[in-house]
Amino acid sequence: MPSNRPLFDLYRTMRRIRTFEERVGEMFVRGETAGSMLHLSIGEEGVAGICAAMADGDAFTTHHRGHGIFLARGGDPVRMLAEIGGKASGYCGGKGGSMHIADTAVGHLGANAIVGGGIPHVVGAGLSYKRLKTDQVALAFFGDGAMQQGVLYESMNLAAIWNLPVVFVCINNQYGMGTRIDKATANTAFDERARAFGLNGALLDGSDVEAVNAAATPIIDAAREGAPGFLSMTCYRFHGHARMDKSPYRDDTEEAEGRARDPVAKARGVLIERAEAPEAELDALDRMIADEMDTALEAAIGEGAPDIAAMFADVYDPGELPPIPVRQHLAAILGEDR
Amino acid sequence: MTAVETTYREALREALIDGMEADDTITLMGEEIGVYGGSYGVTNGLLDRFGAERVLDTPISEPGLVGTAVGAALTGLRPVAEIMYIDFAGLVMDQLANQAAKIRYMFGGQLGVPLLLRTQGGAGRSAAAQHSQSLEAWFAHTPGLRVVLPATVNDAYHLLREALTKPDPVIFIEHKGLYTRKGDLDKDAPDGAWGQPVRRRTGSDLVIVTYSRMVFECLAAADALEAQGISTSVIDIRSLNPLDMSPIADAVRAAGRAMVVTESCLTAGFSAELSARITEHCFDWLEEPVVRVAGEDIPIAVAPDLEAQSIPTAALIAETADWLVTRRAPQWAG
Repeated sequence: MPSNRPLFDLYRTMRRIRTFEERVGEMFVRGETAGSMLHLSIGEEGVAGICAAMADGDAFTTHHRGHGIFLARGGDPVRMLAEIGGKASGYCGGKGGSMHIADTAVGHLGANAIVGGGIPHVVGAGLSYKRLKTDQVALAFFGDGAMQQGVLYESMNLAAIWNLPVVFVCINNQYGMGTRIDKATANTAFDERARAFGLNGALLDGSDVEAVNAAATPIIDAAREGAPGFLSMTCYRFHGHARMDKSPYRDDTEEAEGRARDPVAKARGVLIERAEAPEAELDALDRMIADEMDTALEAAIGEGAPDIAAMFADVYDPGELPPIPVRQHLAAILGEDR
Repeated sequence: MTAVETTYREALREALIDGMEADDTITLMGEEIGVYGGSYGVTNGLLDRFGAERVLDTPISEPGLVGTAVGAALTGLRPVAEIMYIDFAGLVMDQLANQAAKIRYMFGGQLGVPLLLRTQGGAGRSAAAQHSQSLEAWFAHTPGLRVVLPATVNDAYHLLREALTKPDPVIFIEHKGLYTRKGDLDKDAPDGAWGQPVRRRTGSDLVIVTYSRMVFECLAAADALEAQGISTSVIDIRSLNPLDMSPIADAVRAAGRAMVVTESCLTAGFSAELSARITEHCFDWLEEPVVRVAGEDIPIAVAPDLEAQSIPTAALIAETADWLVTRRAPQWAG
């Protein structure tokens, strides 16, 4: 429910992302996640400013570190955690998990675990929206690792030559797995790359969610009018690449500096300083969110696993020939009168 | 409607035209498909007929254009992406194998990808190593992708029309050596149902199982074998996925001998899959091992003689069949 305090609303979204991700970590420690391929977006909550500049009906794809984006766009924490736990009631029936989560109801066209894999899909979505004359924008969210993938530039070029309602959003958390961005590219001014392709481009300071929102809004608005754009939000990945990663490639000093640029703490401080929200109100909000996520986690853990028979569904459309299970194949050979 | 004689290329174009008139979400995208008219002329005239909104010339950006087609398929359009040569599949396998093929499954059935990928492969035009391959096995090895290869003019039309109505990604592989081939097209009479093999010739001694341009090499071989007193069936499978093995098994059980012929190279090709399945289903009926005549395990050379010898010929197919049935060894058996 939006208030008349935009920063307060952004803070709430960011706090929900932070707490959700902390619960994912807890879920893993408790052995309740399906696997360890869990990529937390703690430190990247400034993305709430971009998500708030989107309109209902706008579509998006994300990378493998996309929990926060989905949550900010309306994802239900219980069904998200259920999917992360590989449960039948998860968004994808337990077939996708953390890295492949989608929800057509909120325009989430899918999280992708191939770096850059979901980027061209928003170009196609933009093509559909232009052709079908809807008022939607499609946004691709990806990490700085994808800035070195060729398909990004093909996608930017196609969006530009066809004037599509598309925005490419780089969440530059400084690391592609264990490789720091300055070892992956000689020029980190990513907005220059976008402008070279004829796109609008902006660099955002991910520690300042208000500034992120202010800069993202005109870029998304312009895309809606057929001028595709690009955003790169600088932030710091507080934790390792995935749950098993202890970050041997960076030192404590760097981590301390990175974590000092905390968008959630900064927004909290500004709200108090400007007297937009008293500390007591923020404490109460934080507790409410902690309760919400605790409840969601327990609910998700209590959900059931998918039925084994479901494994053959959804390979093809339900009206089409399904795959033949190996046991059925064997029975057709060995079960006959021989 | 009665059958009319036309070419494979014209039949494909007719299918695109009739499909696009029936469904205005069908949108073509590819390199040189509009103004140029298509590298092999299949889309000639479609830009004028349907306009630039439905016939999109793209830059040379295969991953970008196929990924765009995937996204368009997710959001209300029915894209037909053209990859000029199947040899460029290496550039787009992520979008096909990791994206298009898996999106429905990964997302629990929330989204489907009604994408048609048109491409062409095969040798015969001295197009050399990077423009002559038969790579259908790459796609057939990926669950989620339907794979069809029309051989006849009638199939070129009907399989393409049907592919344009499918809810899942279809890899539609034409053969560059068939575009000018003539045959009968009857728009009211498909050669067979989707996913069903069709028997192109009936015989009692041997069943040859094949697809795409090799159908015609096998038919020519069967004619030669007939003159030697060997009666041969030729089955055109038409589709690698879906594929109904039962008509093939029935035919092989009756004949007791089977041979698989593919233009694609021998090792780990779809010929191996067909051979294994025939053996599994017909083991007790087989009088001889299921043999494969396939492309050589080498790249395709530009020199016409080297190219021609890289893939099965009617002569090689007939000699092998004769050896299998009569145990008369051919000269090259040494």
